[in-house]
Order: sequence, then C-alpha cells, then structure tokens
Amino acid sequence: MTHAAVPSERAGSPLDRPVLPSGAEPARGARRLGVRIQGAVIGDRVYSTAITLFALCVPVLMILIALEIFIAGWPALRQFGFSFLTSSAWDPVNGAFGAAPAIYGTLVSSAIALAISTPLAIGVAIFLSEFAPQWLRQPVAFLVDLLAAVPSVVYGLWGIFVLIPILRTAVMPFLRDTLHLGVLPFFSGPAYGPSMLAAGLILSVMVLPYISSVSREVLLAVPRSQREAALALGATKWETIWGAVLPYAKSGIIGGVILGLGRALGETMAVTMLIGNRPQISASLFAPGYTMASLIANEFSEASGDLHLSALMAVGFVLFVITLIVNAVARWLVWQVSRGSAGKSA
Amino acid sequence: MTAPSPAASPAPPARWSGVYPAAARAGKLRRRHAVNAVMAGLVGVAAILATLPLVIVLFYLLKQGVASLQWHFFTNMPKPVGESGGGMANAIVGTLMLIGTASVIGLPVGIGAGLYLAEHRGSRLANTTRFLADVLNGLPSIVMGIFAWQILVRPVGHFSAWAGGVALAAMMIPQVARTTEEIVRTVPVSLREAALALGYAHWRTSLTVVLRTATAGVVTGALVAIARIAGETAPLLFTAFGNQFWSTSLNQPVAALPLQIYTYALSPYDDWHSQAWAGALVLIALILIISLIARVATRGRFATASD
Repeated sequence: MTHAAVPSERAGSPLDRPVLPSGAEPARGARRLGVRIQGAVIGDRVYSTAITLFALCVPVLMILIALEIFIAGWPALRQFGFSFLTSSAWDPVNGAFGAAPAIYGTLVSSAIALAISTPLAIGVAIFLSEFAPQWLRQPVAFLVDLLAAVPSVVYGLWGIFVLIPILRTAVMPFLRDTLHLGVLPFFSGPAYGPSMLAAGLILSVMVLPYISSVSREVLLAVPRSQREAALALGATKWETIWGAVLPYAKSGIIGGVILGLGRALGETMAVTMLIGNRPQISASLFAPGYTMASLIANEFSEASGDLHLSALMAVGFVLFVITLIVNAVARWLVWQVSRGSAGKSA
Repeated sequence: MTAPSPAASPAPPARWSGVYPAAARAGKLRRRHAVNAVMAGLVGVAAILATLPLVIVLFYLLKQGVASLQWHFFTNMPKPVGESGGGMANAIVGTLMLIGTASVIGLPVGIGAGLYLAEHRGSRLANTTRFLADVLNGLPSIVMGIFAWQILVRPVGHFSAWAGGVALAAMMIPQVARTTEEIVRTVPVSLREAALALGYAHWRTSLTVVLRTATAGVVTGALVAIARIAGETAPLLFTAFGNQFWSTSLNQPVAALPLQIYTYALSPYDDWHSQAWAGALVLIALILIISLIARVATRGRFATASD
C-alpha cells in the first residue's frame, strides 16, 4: 500500500489546506482521491483473501480426502484390525476381508515395472542430457513425455489385444520352455495371458517418462564446473558422467525413481485390464493377481454390502497412506538436489 | 573419478620418474575409450527402447482405429450388440461436459492458489501448500474417485456428472497451482514495481500486469492439466459412471469416452472392440491436439512452461 499512502498523506494533510487559495476544489479532489484509495484498500483486501482461500483449498482437500476415506474404511479396519493387512482371505460372500493379496500384487507389479524402467529411464536421461546432439534432444524428450500423455485405458486396450496375445503365445512359452526358466517358481505354471507379468510390463512403459523427466532435469541441474573439472583431468565422457555427474545427481535420480514408484503403486485402469483380477498370492509371474487399485476399480460398484464397501474404502486408505509417504519422500529428495545445486551455483 | 586412479596406482614411482610404460598407457587408454563408446551406444539404445512403445501403441491405434472410425461414430448413439452403426456421440459430449465442469471449478482455484504461492513465497501456508500440492499430484486417481463418491454420490444416492467433474477438478487444482506459480515467478519484479509506482493497486497489478504477462504460460499449464484429465478413467468409474443414453444433465450419470473404451474393451463382442479402438483413437487425438496447442502457445517465450 506504499504507492497509495504517499498521495493520501499529501492530500489529506491539514497543513495543505491553508496554503490553497480556494477551499472547495481541493476538498472535492481529496474526497475523490479518498474514495479511490478506499477502493484500492477494499480491492486489495478482497484479492488477498480470495487467493489465500484458494491456497487453503489444497491443504483442506488433502485433509478431507484422508478423513473421508478413513471414516468410510473405519468399520472394516476396526473389525479386522491388523489382520486386514496380513490376511489373504478376500471373500465377500462370507464377509472375510484381508488385503494381503492386493498389497502383494501391488508391490510385485511395481517392482517389475521399476526393475525394467529404471535403467532405461536413466539411460534416456543420460542420452538426452549428455550424449545426444542438440537437434535431437527436444524431439526425443517430447516423444518420451508423450508416453505420459497416453491415457491409462488406452494402454489397457493395447495390452489386452496386442501385448497379452504376444505374451501368451510367444514370450511365456519361450521363457518357461526354451530357456528352461520354468524350474524357477517365477516362470512356472500355465501361461494364462492376463498376469502379473503383463501388468508389470505395461506399468514399466507408463512410469518410464516420469523417472526419465525427473532424472533429466536433475542431470541438467548439475553445474558445468563439475563436468569441466573431470574432463580437464583427462576423463573420457563416460568417466565424467559416471564419476562426476551421476554421484552429484544421485539423490535426485533416486527421488525420480521413487516418484515413478508412486505412479506404479496407484496406477489403476491398465493394470485392472491386464492383471487378471484374482485375489491370490502366487510366486509365478505368469499367474493372475490383484492390486489395491484394481481391487477397488473392479469391486466397488458392485460391492455386496456395507462391510464389503468399507473394506474397499480401507484398501483405498492403505493405498492413500502408502502413496502419500512415497511421494513425500520423493519430493523431499528432489528438492534436496535442486536446492543444493542452487546454493552451490550462487 | 574412478577410472584414472587404477591407472595411476600400480606404479606411482615410475610415473613420477617419467618412465611409465607408454605401451601400457596406450592400452589403458584404448580400453577407456572402448568403455566410453559402449556406454554411449547403450544409452542410445535405451532412448530407442523407450520411444519404441509409443510408436507401437500409436501404430496399432491408427491401424485398428481408422478402420472402424466412420462418420456415424461421432453422430450416433451406442447400439445394442449385433446392430452395426453405433457411435459414441453421447460419450464425446459427456467427456466435453466433464472437462468443462472440472475446468470451471479447478482452473480458478488452481490459478488463485498459484498466485498466492508466487506472491507469498516463503510464508508457512505457501510452503505447506506447495508441498501438499506436489504430494496430491502423485496420489492415485482412483483415490480421488472414491473420495468424490463418498462426498458427492453416497449422500445423494445416485451417480452424477457433478461428482465426476469434482473428482477431475481435485486432480487439476494442485497441478495448475504449481505450474501457475512457476510461470508467475518468471515475470520480472521490475514490471510489478513499475505498475505499483504508477499508483496501481496491488490487486490490479497482480491481475492486469503480472498475470497478464504470464498468460501464455498459465494457459499452457491449464491445457496440460486438461489434457491429463481428459483421459482419466479411474476417477469416473464411481462418479460419472457412464450412461448408454443421451444425457446432458449435470445431476445424472453421464457417458465418457474413457469409460466407454473400458467397457467395450472388456466386452466379448468384436464390434465393440473395434468401437473401443476408434474411441481410443479419438481420445488420443483430442489429447494430442490439446498438448500441441499448449506447446505452440508458449513456444520460445516461456520455455519451462510445458515441463
């Protein structure tokens, strides 16, 4: 309000009045100015209240989500207690609810996704920030970002009609029989098609852009001097990256991977369409499974009773808490790096 | 620097005296350059492997989608199994309705929150909001769906377009807030100071000078958020629910393209499968067009806007 305060003091000051020859004109002018200033004061107050309220919407939304879902899931959590997380009996007909198969499926499918996409995504990020010629960087980065723009349901559609037939007729028999990996429990059993493997593969495609874009940003934030110092010591390009750039960017890249993990844990549609939706724990990746998100997506609209509904809400709450923690950790790590690099370059 | 040290460690005295065997050094160097070349090749292969799925998915979408994409797809209603000539007119309109509702709620709140974040950078509320916005951004969309069901469908007793719009708006708010903040921060302080010095009120400066300068970036952020929610299915499963009939009432369940694709993809009928492909092609085209507009709108001026 400093800009408005200056003229107001002059116009409103009683010292000004005697100096002026006529009393009427400045009084009218002062009144008009006063109205304008008052308008500005009111406008400012309305504006700052409004944006503060808008900003408050975010924490309020967060608290509302947590509360509403917790309250809705409370009956099931109270009835089953801790065994809700450890029991593998998901039997709506008999009113027994244990989320263990869904939690297991969520963790395994996300693990497959990260195991495949992490090296690829970091490779892409290194390629884009260090090796690629200037003209290639934007287009390739755009294509990789586009992977994130494809809707989940489209990945699911593609998975059902293209990926699963290939897995069932070619990849699964190849892994099990030709490579004789069938002796391992992970690659044994009949090849259904809809399976943990299919879900993990589609998830790896879906989380890759998130990991690679965070990694790329973090790599680009590494100060030039870090690279120049290594190069000046006679290091090759790869030695520079491995020895000077990656260690510097490490925690940011880990943050990106954890961010990808958060996406994989909560991904719903593509997984629901590909994982086979069976509440069982099986070591074989060829067997169908369930994830927390797909369990909710599948059973919510035809829940058979209040307890079933409450159990699904409780699963939602568990998913909420897990992704909340994962995302908070990831953000913290990424911020750590960006703040560190900002501090060092300044 | 891991690599140079083993080269130096075996015979440091020899190296100091200048009789480090040249042949050994050349061999080491050749090996180091070979590693460099191999790794450069590997990251290149990673880049190809990463873009390959996109190419394959788009290829199948075009191949399967174009075949079943005819004019009646846009103008007709879904037909029962066995009758050909069905379309997704209601789903296309439903998707546009849901996007509209979500934007009307989500954009003002998101942009307002972004302005607050940019103007009160260090305040406690700003730091909390910024962090929670980032965390909210990463929450699974299905969680937004059951949340909206709990507050808007359960009390009323029926599904509605409203609930779907609110679920999508809840996803937009944190994202729009963060992109708006980033863009508004790039507006030079001198611009704000100049307006204030001319006697502009604070609110007027923020809205007509600062926000207006950042318009292109804010619009991009909004479009990116719209492109993201346009394809969302999970938040709509128990809110908008889907509808086989024509409905433009916000208080009724409404059809949406992603929901229709989901239902048709899981159905056992070939005709519905090809409809699902056509729907997916239309959906992807819609999203790509929005993303491209977003990219073109800010080309050059706010390079960081689209990221």
